[in-house]
Amino acid sequence: MAQRIDVKDLDVYYGSFKAVADVSMMIEPRSVTALIGPSGCGKSTFLRTLNRMHEVLPGARVEGTVLMDGVDLYGNDVDPVAVRRQIGMVFQRPNPFPTMSIAENVLAGVRLNNRRISKSDAETLVEQSLVGANLWKEVKDRLDRPGSSLSGGQQQRLCIARAIAVKPQVLLMDEPASALDPISTLAIEDLIAELKNDYTIVIVTHNMQQAARVSDRTAFFNIAGTGEPGRLIEMDDTRTMFSTPSVQATEDYISGRFG
Amino acid sequence: MTTTTGRTTAAPPSTRDALTRPDTRRKLVDRVMRGVVTLAFLVALVPLLSLVWTALVNGFDRLSPYFLAVSMRGVFGGMDAGGIHHAIVGTLLVTGFAALISVPIGLLTAIYLVEYGTGKLARAVTFFVDVMTGIPSIVAGLFAYALFAVFFGPGVRFGAVGAVALSVLMTPVVVRSSEEMLRLVPNELREAAYALGVPKWLTIIKVVLRTAAAGIVTGVMLAVARVIGETAPLLITLGVIDSINYNLFEGRMMTLPVYVYRQYQQGLVPCRPDQLDCIATINYDRAWAAALVLIIIVLLLNLLARLIARWFAPARGH
Amino acid sequence: MTTEPTTSTPPPAREVARPQRDRAGRVFAGLSTGAGALILVVLAAVAGFLLLEAWPAITAPAEQLSRISWIPADGSLLTYVGPLIFGTLVAAFLALLLAVPVAIGIALFISHYAPRRLANALGYVVDLLAAIPSVVYGLWGGLVLAPLVQPVWQWLSETLGWIPLFQGPAATPARVMMTVGVVLAVMILPIITAVSREVFLQTPRLHEEAALALGATRWEMVRMAVLPFGRSGVISAAMLGLGRALGETMAVLMILSPGLTYSLALLLAGRQQTIAANIALQFPEASPLGVSALIATGLALFVITLAVNMLARWVVARRADFSGAN
Repeated sequence: MAQRIDVKDLDVYYGSFKAVADVSMMIEPRSVTALIGPSGCGKSTFLRTLNRMHEVLPGARVEGTVLMDGVDLYGNDVDPVAVRRQIGMVFQRPNPFPTMSIAENVLAGVRLNNRRISKSDAETLVEQSLVGANLWKEVKDRLDRPGSSLSGGQQQRLCIARAIAVKPQVLLMDEPASALDPISTLAIEDLIAELKNDYTIVIVTHNMQQAARVSDRTAFFNIAGTGEPGRLIEMDDTRTMFSTPSVQATEDYISGRFG
Repeated sequence: MTTTTGRTTAAPPSTRDALTRPDTRRKLVDRVMRGVVTLAFLVALVPLLSLVWTALVNGFDRLSPYFLAVSMRGVFGGMDAGGIHHAIVGTLLVTGFAALISVPIGLLTAIYLVEYGTGKLARAVTFFVDVMTGIPSIVAGLFAYALFAVFFGPGVRFGAVGAVALSVLMTPVVVRSSEEMLRLVPNELREAAYALGVPKWLTIIKVVLRTAAAGIVTGVMLAVARVIGETAPLLITLGVIDSINYNLFEGRMMTLPVYVYRQYQQGLVPCRPDQLDCIATINYDRAWAAALVLIIIVLLLNLLARLIARWFAPARGH
Repeated sequence: MTTEPTTSTPPPAREVARPQRDRAGRVFAGLSTGAGALILVVLAAVAGFLLLEAWPAITAPAEQLSRISWIPADGSLLTYVGPLIFGTLVAAFLALLLAVPVAIGIALFISHYAPRRLANALGYVVDLLAAIPSVVYGLWGGLVLAPLVQPVWQWLSETLGWIPLFQGPAATPARVMMTVGVVLAVMILPIITAVSREVFLQTPRLHEEAALALGATRWEMVRMAVLPFGRSGVISAAMLGLGRALGETMAVLMILSPGLTYSLALLLAGRQQTIAANIALQFPEASPLGVSALIATGLALFVITLAVNMLARWVVARRADFSGAN
């Protein structure tokens, strides 16, 4: 299920403003890759280019290639809607659909492709996905309650269940725990550790400890100054990055000297 | 790349297939809905364009300085004569008087709501201002008639009655737009004035109103544009007349919208074939020309209001 | 909000030193509060004076009323106003039926399909429809639209004539309810569009992105995130439009060939009439008692529109509470 992503010479623009410049990186399957860096360094922007969510904003465009299993996601014949189906995304703030029940939320993506999914298949899929998101035990008795009735941490796990229900290859997470309390954060981190057995995971985080705890590889983004594009400074195994980074800026950032 | 595609020939579709072969049904639905939504917008343009175009084509010939300068006094049958001077005078006087009533009340109500209003009264006022925007214009006309009929007896018809009717329609619009503008004034400005020891009422007049002035003017102009085309309430409070009347407090008065209706209502003129100076469609021609004048006035008011809002909007930000 | 007390006792020391300014402040506060209260008084006065002037007709004996040419022979105000209320409702709901789908389409086009830069200008174009005076719509409807749609109505009555609504033969000229419905629909489009557009634009980005990230097409995103979010807003927008359509006078007066029956035939002339148009038609020539009877029908219209508008505003207000809690 999980696929490798190979980014080559990627530039990201908002109109004429270059937000991210010249990123090349290899994202390994069945592993967690953490993107870290100070605010405004373009790490979230970069993440959103991986499933073409970036181009939802007017004027946004990309130069360079993003290969998944050898296919360029920005190729002419590639459908952005299909890309997003293969590469799921979890956002900073939990965003279950407020008018749908918990079960409907899980099935929201599946129903797009398969309207007449049978009742038993649907029930199985809901259970599977919620189990996969470590939420089943908490909500199995109230699947028809609105998604917004859950706590913040539960809502975020519901969003993860919704994302994995469509069986994507890759899961992108944009600071998935930054709006949550410490206990919910731990639950999410445990979940990430389990999910990486099945998915390629890319996570943006502000929290150094979190990057160190959950990720296998870490990429450090930085920005030279306002108006300058963000760049990938270095990328390595997480342990190496946090013990002996090869660039001074990385060490400064990780040790909390700026950002 | 070729090796990759070669490897994944098994049951699950290859990544390339998954990414490049979208569900055609979903794609089609998406395309169709995009078309439907765009079509909806174009459909709405048709009446607007048709209406403005016909008014231009049918009204332009008759629209002349002469048409603006004379009234309908002594005009009958298919005569190639007559104009809208009396209607323009009436519209200006009645609308002006209505504005004179509505603007102070509306503005003060907005000030009350933004600066003073708390509790039940404010909530009630907010709610009923909204409800008041929904009063049918003919009911406003009936109200004004009923009000004056109580004091002046039945059959009362003069300019001020119409103005009262229009002000019932205009006041809530003024309240809404002024309220919105006053709320845009940053609280820091008010607090800065209080800190200098300026009392509240003076702060409102010197700081708040001055800051929001352009927006308030815009709102008033849009409110005027809205009531200047009102026909039904004026039809029953002012009646119709063919000559000029400058007195708001005595006698019937013609206004532009009522003039359009009156000409339309009189319909085609039966002309004898030997009558050279008889134009069969003269009433419709005059109706279109007056409608064109009305459209121009309304559009100019709208345009001017937006321009004022735009010119002064950046200044408000500082 | 500032909460500085202006008229409270004891006044702050500074204001004691300047009693004149304090008095000015009090006068000003009183004036603006008075203006606010005046709004309520006016609304009550509208109801009060209408009732006062309608009273003679409401209490008049039947034989006196039946002497008015256009009052039915039984001299009952209720028999008279019944078909009028019916006609008013038919016209308004027909307009609503035609306008709402188009308005939703336009609102979606402006909020989610048109290029951002164009969106404001397009919204302004739709607002222009609201700026055109109703008498001009009447003129256009009577002289341009009616001849234009006559063949269409004819075709409609020939193919769908077995449905009572489209019972033929379609009248020539097309001074019929269907034409009125089309013109009214155009007239209420802007208000429905404007309110719906605002609600659609308020759809949280979070929910739109959630849908897109699941692999939804734009339309699927609209169905998953935008429409459910905007539903109550569209309902109240439609009710505001209904309020407008109920009270519209000139377009009906200038297009419809009136009649006082409970007929649903939209393509036949001389079947229906609305309260507002009827008042405008009869008022100029009416006797004092006739005027009183017309004011009574106006009172009925006032009550109906008031109820519709209050309901719409209530829905809007409830929705605001709901989204505020989120």
